[in-house]
Amino acid sequence: MSFMQGIYLDNQSAMLPDPRVLDFAKRYLIEVPGNPSALHSVGLAAKSAVEEAREKVAELINAEDARNVIFTGSATEANNLAIRGTAMRNASKGMSLLASRIEHISVLNSMKDLQKNGFQLQLIPVDSKGIVDLQALERMISKQTIVTSVMYANGEIGTIEPIKEISHIVHEKGMLLHVDATVAAGRIPIDVQNDGIDLLTLSSNDICGPQGAGALYAGPDVKIQPVTVGGGQERGLRPGTENLFAIAGMGEAARLARLEMSDDSIRLKAIRDSLIREILKIDETHLTGHATNRLPHHASFRFDRIEGESILLTLDAMFDIQVSTGSACSSRTLEASHVLLALGLKHEQAHGSMVMTLGKSNHPDQISVVFDAVKKTVARLRALSPL
Amino acid sequence: MAQIGYSKKVMDHFMNPRNVGVIDDADGYGKVGNPVCGDLMEIFIKVKGERINDIKFRTFGCGSAIAVSSMVTEMAKGKLLDEAMKITRKDVADELDGLPPQKMHCSNLGADALHAAIQDYWVKTGKIKLDEVKKEDDGEGDACPT
Repeated sequence: MSFMQGIYLDNQSAMLPDPRVLDFAKRYLIEVPGNPSALHSVGLAAKSAVEEAREKVAELINAEDARNVIFTGSATEANNLAIRGTAMRNASKGMSLLASRIEHISVLNSMKDLQKNGFQLQLIPVDSKGIVDLQALERMISKQTIVTSVMYANGEIGTIEPIKEISHIVHEKGMLLHVDATVAAGRIPIDVQNDGIDLLTLSSNDICGPQGAGALYAGPDVKIQPVTVGGGQERGLRPGTENLFAIAGMGEAARLARLEMSDDSIRLKAIRDSLIREILKIDETHLTGHATNRLPHHASFRFDRIEGESILLTLDAMFDIQVSTGSACSSRTLEASHVLLALGLKHEQAHGSMVMTLGKSNHPDQISVVFDAVKKTVARLRALSPL
Repeated sequence: MAQIGYSKKVMDHFMNPRNVGVIDDADGYGKVGNPVCGDLMEIFIKVKGERINDIKFRTFGCGSAIAVSSMVTEMAKGKLLDEAMKITRKDVADELDGLPPQKMHCSNLGADALHAAIQDYWVKTGKIKLDEVKKEDDGEGDACPT
């Protein structure tokens, strides 16, 4: 069975690593068997690959010191380490946690789990476009708030948060700011020093690296403890033998992203804007998220009177176009998307969502094909709908 | 290997649904589900000699909800009302070669809408009283927030 013959618009869920990344990293699968902890020459080659990757990731986010980058197995792991690791380590200073209502489930569930240990969690509301309510943040935060977590940008609606302003409030009134940059990194410039970020989560695959690696940046003043214990890898904060291939690949992907992000985003933004303009011509169709403070590769919509999983399946089966949906019916839990509900949408509105995320394989010729397919899909499902 | 995603039959009924539409002078009408929960299904029946002579549906919902609606109309078409009343939720799911576990509640909707349409006909023709209509609820699988 051959994939990728059609139009793949779900790059945020997963994408093929950049071929140059694979070319660079494959030697760690086929030539260098080393464990970075071993002191012989092969181990040292592996160790230097990890450290080179660390430098490259640090450069992507302008970290002051590469040692502040900790490799993990995924962004979910990095989010767990950021939240549990800092909350448990700093519990003597306060037991309050804050997160925006639209955080990734790995952030929200890390915090909810800490409630069992006596921590208090409050969720910061967002407006109808998904922008965090800064006044609410000011009201909710206190000197006891150990970690405040607000994502750089949201994957379901594409909205980019005002991180610098959030950082200002957090550092005036609370303690640490954690920013989940999983979907934003490699798409828009991130500068942990200039943005005032204490903890930052990254994912390898989301920057065109291989799956199986993530990273947590923890700033120089951040005290953190491990959530998994074992050997001393990654300063003891993420023990376990390093996934050398994925880490080396993530580093190379970070280097390429830093060099090419600006050109890529101009190219994808043009396609995205046309897609949005065309698709909004369909009756009873709405953009979700912010119109301008939006990731350059991200277009998300909702359609009245139809359901998202049906949209996804029809586009796939009939037109070989792959998209994503925040619809409850496509999730494992059948609960409506917490992100769309946080925008103030009703359940029945949240069910009709469709998310398109562009990547390297997309080009402007696809716009009219996609528009035509979406239009036909919506018409087909509305003809079936009693609403 | 465990089945991944929807069966071929589910996809066939989703992509080529049978008996879609409305019967303007329907003898019986059933509507179940709630758009808040992501699915709403309505079934229209036309009865001739205690048999389901014609049947149509319209559904708002996911792939399995649409496939279930299509399948249940196909299973009921031509059957005696008493026989159609015996079509269970499990029968519909089985006939579709199964549904993923989290989608089993969709099969409930199909049988429930059919039974509601038949009972509506029976109420209209005086066979049963309104308070004798059976509401089906086995309390399983519906994670709707309302």
